[in-house]
Amino acid sequence: MTFLLEIGTEEIPHWMIPGALKQLAAMNLFGATPQVDATARRLVVRASTLPERTPDEEQVIKGPPISAGDKAAAGFAKKQGVELAAMTKVGDYYELRKQIPGRAVRDILAETLAATILAIQWPKTMYWTGGKTGPRFIRPIRWIVALLDDQVIPFELAGVKSGSITRGHRILGSPSIPVTFDTYESELRKNFVILSADERRNKIVTEITALNAKPDADLVETLTFITEYPTAIRGDFDPAFLELPAEVLTTVMRHHQKYFSVESAPGKLAPHFVAVMNTSGDPEGLVKRGNERVLKARFNDARFFWDVDQHKKLADRVEDLSHVTFQAKLGSYLEKTERIVKLVEELGGNAHAQRAAYLCKADLTTEMVKEFTDLQGQVGGLYARNQGEPGSVAKAIYDHYKPLSMDGEIPSTHEGQLVALADKLDTLRGCFAVGLVPTGSKDPFALRRAAQGVVKILVEAKLDYKLDDLVTGDLREFLLDRIKYFFREIRGFKYDEVNAVLASGCGTLSDVEARLTALAAVRPTEDFEPLAASFKRIQNILKQAEFEPHDVLDQSLLEDGPERALHADFRRVRDAAKSETYPQALEQIASLRPRVDTFFDKVLVNAKDERVRNNRLTLLHNLLTEFSTIADFSEIVTSGDHK
Amino acid sequence: MDSFQQTLFKLKRYWDKRGAIIQEPYDVEVGAGTMCPETFLRVLGPKPYRVAYVQPSRRPADGRYGENPNRLYKHMQLQVILKPSPDDILDQYLGSLEAIGLDLSKHDIKFEEDNWESPTLGAWGIGWQVMLDGQEITQFTYFQQCGGIDLDLVPAEITYGLERLVAFLQGVESVYDIEWTKGVKYVDVRLADELQFSVYNFEMANVDRLWRLLGEYEAECKELLAQYEDYPDKQRFPVLATYDQVLKCSHLFNLLDARGAISVTERVGVIKRVRDLAVGTAKLWADQQQEVA
Repeated sequence: MTFLLEIGTEEIPHWMIPGALKQLAAMNLFGATPQVDATARRLVVRASTLPERTPDEEQVIKGPPISAGDKAAAGFAKKQGVELAAMTKVGDYYELRKQIPGRAVRDILAETLAATILAIQWPKTMYWTGGKTGPRFIRPIRWIVALLDDQVIPFELAGVKSGSITRGHRILGSPSIPVTFDTYESELRKNFVILSADERRNKIVTEITALNAKPDADLVETLTFITEYPTAIRGDFDPAFLELPAEVLTTVMRHHQKYFSVESAPGKLAPHFVAVMNTSGDPEGLVKRGNERVLKARFNDARFFWDVDQHKKLADRVEDLSHVTFQAKLGSYLEKTERIVKLVEELGGNAHAQRAAYLCKADLTTEMVKEFTDLQGQVGGLYARNQGEPGSVAKAIYDHYKPLSMDGEIPSTHEGQLVALADKLDTLRGCFAVGLVPTGSKDPFALRRAAQGVVKILVEAKLDYKLDDLVTGDLREFLLDRIKYFFREIRGFKYDEVNAVLASGCGTLSDVEARLTALAAVRPTEDFEPLAASFKRIQNILKQAEFEPHDVLDQSLLEDGPERALHADFRRVRDAAKSETYPQALEQIASLRPRVDTFFDKVLVNAKDERVRNNRLTLLHNLLTEFSTIADFSEIVTSGDHK
Repeated sequence: MDSFQQTLFKLKRYWDKRGAIIQEPYDVEVGAGTMCPETFLRVLGPKPYRVAYVQPSRRPADGRYGENPNRLYKHMQLQVILKPSPDDILDQYLGSLEAIGLDLSKHDIKFEEDNWESPTLGAWGIGWQVMLDGQEITQFTYFQQCGGIDLDLVPAEITYGLERLVAFLQGVESVYDIEWTKGVKYVDVRLADELQFSVYNFEMANVDRLWRLLGEYEAECKELLAQYEDYPDKQRFPVLATYDQVLKCSHLFNLLDARGAISVTERVGVIKRVRDLAVGTAKLWADQQQEVA
């Protein structure tokens, strides 16, 4: 049977739609595969091979033991609502086989669809009918189409009865369109609704490309889910505005107006923009003119801010930061600035880095940043350049909020890297010191992002600061978490490799990366995992023996054969490994595998003579500690583990 | 082309036909139409209500001495409250745009997520900003909470930014070029206020006295709030007068803010003082409605 469910709503925030679709795609349709679609006004599930009924089932219920007598059996039968004769004896027990007939899928859906719809999780919900105890959804539900083989599945939700009537585009379409499973999508199309997000996306991409818009995948995604019938148009602005920095113009177009910018050459803006409408065309040019007017007003504002801001230099604004709170317990941005400057100095930053640190927050007092907060840092950098600060100072200010995400670039200059690092470290240290630590999904100060930024800068810029010199205590643990995340998710190392390397200590992050690379390279070789398993065994033996290392190994106590051979190889490899690179050292260590195996095969660690026993434990202990400086192999998950 | 006031007449008539009381502006300074008792108090409680009114809204910090073409110390909103919200509310809203002469089939209308929140009023709601050809012309909100109280009947609040809307309709680039009525422009009617109030708000308002006034209105409000519980005849109790004190405090706060007299650390505290008054008054109103019922 065919199935069509359309939840008709008022406009859903675009960014929440993909998440809702993912949940609907997991809907139980009795074996049929749900196909999901959406626009801002409708969430749709379709499927074509639903069974008419669920299968009959037999339920086996175990009764009382036969030995309990007839009374017990009769009581059980009564409780189950059957005659005693309906029960069978199986072994020592009574047993009841109950036939549970399948049900009509239509009936099940009629009972469950309302709850299925309300079970969709949204980041924020509202109520609109029935008071606070009424149904909650992302926006009001205004109509529902629910058809099984084109017959309505009857149910009611938030005062809306399910039916077979959909609605078209708000302005261009009919508000009442009877549909069947087969006509649904084409009827919508006739009424200016393109149901498929892929098709809307392609339409947008094709049209904006034809209009020379600069590609912007995020904006395309936003517009795909804001519109039901996207159509691109191009507008123009006065070329005189091109005197303003491209960052400002782009931000106004991109973030405030959801326009694409147009370039005349790579990196050079042209005086045009591309807007995507939610309608089929602009025959009289009214939409184009309207958008141009809005953009002009916005650009005029920006120009006004730029001009006003130049009346006071960045350097003269630093003192004003005493009026801008960073965080109630951590004082003003002036205090933060002083801490960043000091930290940059401690990190060995040069005069330009220190100057950039001193100026980096001053743009928070400018009109431009008050209006376009996304441009913090960038505005400071542009103003610094305009006001004659050295290029490296301006660039460092410009970049110091980077990286903005895990995929974002880090600052490109050393000065910028230091200021960015100091700014983030200061935020982290300060917040941790006053107990503002992220919990669960709550991270109001974006400390995870700050920590991720610290890690990314340290690794990618190959900065030689040791973790322990930068952070301590809980914050160290917090950063370690981010370090693990970074090497796993961004660098793609296996989680046990990351654990193994970090268990051997965390010095500089470039060292961690070098050890990880070596470990990942040696891992597939045939000797490695068995050796790792042996290390785990050694660790267990030492633990069980409650071994405390205090004696120096006594060579005279070594037994000739596998034990002495292992010791000899141990010394050879140890000495060799010290002077070699990590990959070479790991290869050497892995080559010990046959010796270790033979040792465990032939030698009894738990010797009767206590001195011999202790000496063997000492040998194993030395082996473990000497060879665990690159990675703690016992953390490696081998095929014998059940983790 | 309709003049400013003709557009207003048409909007009022439109909502008149849909059963709204057409109120006149409230006569105490407010920063937004939402703050008028017609909205702030009437949305509370189980009684249905429909009202529309133009509200001149004062935002001292937004003053630009009449020099900025789009920013005003005092702008006008048409505020519409439909409680409870009818099911076809968005269609009714779009109908109001057609009623003032917009052929929507020739324009681009989008509803973009914008949830409204007012910390000083203890109020928030879910909604959109309505974009017409890239211009925000309306804020649309389904109130969820007001004065810290969950609402029984969810009202729809439609706030038209009148200057922007009419500038759009008339195709002018500065609000001062709007034709108010034949032969009279917005600049002729309003420029003096914009200039003089900017001067007062930014340069001349006596900060010490403003602080004292804030304290006085706050004291009056608190004193009233404290008397409600023991007041014998609840119906007579002046909750509305109590609320006026809240509005005075809120406006004085905005003035002090524009004057740069409130430091960042003080700011949170003063907002809380005003919110406590607003929340306290909302509670009395809700209680009084129940008593009356």
